[in-house]
Amino acid sequence: MRDQLRDYIKTHMIKDPTYPLKDDEPLITGGLVDSFSLVELAVFIEDTFGARFDDPELTAENMNTVKQILGNIEAKL
Amino acid sequence: MPTLPITLNRRPATLIEQARWLCRERADATAVVLVEHEGDRRLSYGAFFEGAARFAGALEACGVQPGDLVGLVLQHGEAVLSGFWGALLLGAVPSIFPFLSDKLDRERYFDSVRQLVAHSGVRVVIAGPELHAPLRDRLAGIPSLAAVLNVEAVVQVQGAAPLEEYLNRHPAEADATAFLQHSSGSTGLQKGVMLSHRAVLNHVAGYSAAINLTPDDVVVSWLPLYHDMGLIAGFIMPILQGIPLVLMSPFHWVRDPKILLWAIHHHRGTLCWLPNFAYNFLATRVRPAVIHGLDLSSLRAVINCSEPVYAESHRIFLEQYAYYGLRESALATCYAMAENTFAVTQSALETPPPLDVVDRRALMEDRRAVPVDNGLKLIIPTVTLVSCGVPIPNCEIKIVDEQRRPLPERFVGEIALRSDSMLSGYYRRPDATAEVMAGGWYFTGDMGYLAGGELYITGRKKDLIIVGGKNVYPQDIENLLNDIPGLHPGRAVAFGVFNESLGTEDIAIVAEADTDDPEARADIMREIRARVAQSTDVTARYVHLVEPKWLIKTSSGKVARRANRERFIETVLNRIPEQRG
Repeated sequence: MRDQLRDYIKTHMIKDPTYPLKDDEPLITGGLVDSFSLVELAVFIEDTFGARFDDPELTAENMNTVKQILGNIEAKL
Repeated sequence: MPTLPITLNRRPATLIEQARWLCRERADATAVVLVEHEGDRRLSYGAFFEGAARFAGALEACGVQPGDLVGLVLQHGEAVLSGFWGALLLGAVPSIFPFLSDKLDRERYFDSVRQLVAHSGVRVVIAGPELHAPLRDRLAGIPSLAAVLNVEAVVQVQGAAPLEEYLNRHPAEADATAFLQHSSGSTGLQKGVMLSHRAVLNHVAGYSAAINLTPDDVVVSWLPLYHDMGLIAGFIMPILQGIPLVLMSPFHWVRDPKILLWAIHHHRGTLCWLPNFAYNFLATRVRPAVIHGLDLSSLRAVINCSEPVYAESHRIFLEQYAYYGLRESALATCYAMAENTFAVTQSALETPPPLDVVDRRALMEDRRAVPVDNGLKLIIPTVTLVSCGVPIPNCEIKIVDEQRRPLPERFVGEIALRSDSMLSGYYRRPDATAEVMAGGWYFTGDMGYLAGGELYITGRKKDLIIVGGKNVYPQDIENLLNDIPGLHPGRAVAFGVFNESLGTEDIAIVAEADTDDPEARADIMREIRARVAQSTDVTARYVHLVEPKWLIKTSSGKVARRANRERFIETVLNRIPEQRG
């Protein structure tokens, strides 16, 4: 799950499959992902892992690192 | 049949005079419905202007006089609306500043507010409780500034004059500045566009006629109010015309885009303005499960404005929402800028804007828009442009060459305009004003051509990047990167590349780095992305490091943006596998 999520972010959002993305790297405040893409990311997560994020949950505080997102997904499964 | 209060034949002298009329004639009618997390909240015109009077009282207590500048640093909501009108009631000049976002670095943001307040000589800043204390500290010592007012204190102000008294003062004449719109540009001195009461009211009259506004219209908007489209179409025009405005915060909408659709449904919205990217966003990011039963048939116009219009964005938006009652005839376009208050051209309502299919080579190389016959479309490479419509009433446009001489139809040149709703100038920037205004004309810097009276836009101001409706100047980004360790100062370039699936541009940065170490390179890329996000509130989609001497320079030794953009697209972008499909 971790690899799938990281691959998606690297390929679709950062557009750089070789980027060494760290699990605790800030995605939104680090300028890797913008607020529009968070909705896109939520759709990917729901389609791939079956974890549903409601739109109001898609905030920088909630979704700022790979680690945080994984934790949120696991809590929902 | 009821008519609008402001028409081409009938205009009040000032916005305050119109407020007086609204309080007298429409006191119980709906002014604004605020779509909030807790639900909808309705404000009548009476209640709305009572709120404004409280702000007027608080501002007056701080010593605000007619003509003084009032800066509003507030989240989208009732306070920013009342604060704006509170300043207007005093004949003071309000200006809405962009609000701090998740991405922006707090310190840099406060610096930019400080710079703006100091340069413009702002008298009072109104801030929400969350930013009041830090702003007060950061703005201390600015000579012009009398106070940083906390909105929570405004409601407690004692001894404010009653609304009636404010409405009966005459603090401003028609040619006094009503408010400032700040042009975007993340660093350096922002230009404040000065708009007189006369210009704003002329604009409301002219634009209302262009869109056949009626007293039955309902405007629904999520647009930010520090931008001309949100401020004029999504606030000033409906308020002045006495028609209901349904308003939500851009932060709320971006997280939960369906709220716009449901607001249209519940309030029978008829008019909505959107930047191009929002068509793609709404078409692809709203799950069908959350719009079951939605009805958009009340919409008579969805107006695409403020970034280049793409036919494909309209197509996918219509494909997604036709099922929910959206009519093709509701798709409309507009070309606008703060310097003309808002709109310059508008496409005819009730018919989709015309498309112009032209020869790609002639457009790029000869700067001429040569139509291509249907039969030849398969052989000749073409570009399809969407018309932005015809000039609104009392506005004239011409296309000029580099010496500002008029060009004939179908020749691409700079767009110049002359109207009764133009800026009086840039605030405290006579230099910047003189650059763009001459002989009664305003020279926009945008490129386009006229065909059959319709305006087609082919390019924006020199190298300007428009990301999700937000203007970003590449030099602002490049200046941020100068002192990053490992990068060659002055050897970084930023430009926009169109992203078809998002319907807007992505920012790309190419920079020369002097290290091959993967760890060090990753750190440089991290630093670039973080700086861009924290200073400009946009995300750099592509950050590409290259070896020294990769970037193409001009003969004068400067990095050539356009040539490097071509090189990046050819050698990098087109080779990323995902881009090709």
